[in-house]
Amino acid sequence: MNSRVHTLEVNPCDRLLDVLRVQLKLTGTKEGFGEGECGTCTVLLDGQPVNSCIVPVAQAMKHDVLTIEGLPKQSCLHPIQENLLKFGGSQCGICIPGISLVAANIMKQEPNASRERIRTILAGNLCRCTGYQSIVNAVEAALQDREPASP
Amino acid sequence: MTIYLRPSSFSEALQMRADHPDFTVFAGGTDLMNRPTDHAPLAGMLDLFAFAPFVGISKQGNWIQIGAATTCYEIVQHPLVSTHLPCLRYAASQVGSLQIQARGTIGGNVATSSPLGDLLPILLVLNAQLVLASSRGERQLPYCDFCTGYRSTALQPDELIVAVKVSVPPDHAIQFWRKVGTRRIHGTSKVMVVGYAEKNHNEVTVARVGLGAVANRPIRLTNVEQLLVSNPLEHSQIIKARQMTLQNLSPISDVRSTAHYRRLVAANLVGSFVDQLLLVRN
Repeated sequence: MNSRVHTLEVNPCDRLLDVLRVQLKLTGTKEGFGEGECGTCTVLLDGQPVNSCIVPVAQAMKHDVLTIEGLPKQSCLHPIQENLLKFGGSQCGICIPGISLVAANIMKQEPNASRERIRTILAGNLCRCTGYQSIVNAVEAALQDREPASP
Repeated sequence: MTIYLRPSSFSEALQMRADHPDFTVFAGGTDLMNRPTDHAPLAGMLDLFAFAPFVGISKQGNWIQIGAATTCYEIVQHPLVSTHLPCLRYAASQVGSLQIQARGTIGGNVATSSPLGDLLPILLVLNAQLVLASSRGERQLPYCDFCTGYRSTALQPDELIVAVKVSVPPDHAIQFWRKVGTRRIHGTSKVMVVGYAEKNHNEVTVARVGLGAVANRPIRLTNVEQLLVSNPLEHSQIIKARQMTLQNLSPISDVRSTAHYRRLVAANLVGSFVDQLLLVRN
């Protein structure tokens, strides 16, 4: 969990979302619909975005989980977070932890993603406030600004 | 407290299933985790997510075998699927968001047997076989015999779904899949149409048409199939196929859609399939 190992007593079918927020007190991950439909609760499980509201915690045991709290390095925001701020990609903020993680993953796995591809990948994260344009602009800018891969 | 079991071998998985028929088999759990929270806790969880003997896609002779615990994401990524089963690739990419594709499995789709299961009409149309196993032995069952009604299947209480097998379509086969859902991509299905055909100029030699979300399980429109193979392929077939579809469907109205909308959209999609057949040259 964000590079630290935790030992917990849980019920196998407890939602990963609840274990994160209640037992681990990592409240950065938010609950939206609670049905695996909106992506608000997205975390990265072994580097893949998943809806933590429908992952039984037993299936996250001995696996790597990255939540929004693990995204900044020391006290520096991730470039995605910097750009979301710069482009006004966050209003109420509830979708932003999930979106930040998915977008950070785009930077890592598909750094040359087109705008269309960015939109397709982010389609699993609903936002009720922004109308998505500022979010997509922020992600696109982050991809363009990134350091080129070293030779 | 729910008991958690994770097998370390194929035979152990079968033994665990036989010993605990009351435990719930989990792959990704994307449907199971949506159970109402006021239900009693599950007696047990038999966890098969990413369980090696049930994962992977391979070609064996003229069959493509897909492990039951293979995720939709893995199906979308695999070259065998993009080469030979483009309709399955497309469907797996539209099952839901990437978050869902990372957890939802083909075996889960089959076992849940929801009328809205996005991969199911494809299995019907491609004449898929299921590989089922228990401590009593292994058997294969055509998918068309597996789904017996609304969310009910021929799976025995001590059985596990091991794999889905599909015979490799010829290179010139035409595959069509379209889903109309709540959003342009990834939504819950209101109507699905799968089309498969082989043709020689304007003679259709093989035609299979499958529909999802318009009945209590995936169905085939055998009279539309018959219409296509019994007559030369020409523009009037589009209208006839549409009309036949309209007449033969009795979908329900529910929170997601109305019977009228489903019938009309299904007919339009079947028409689009026939239109595509006309456009393909060979």
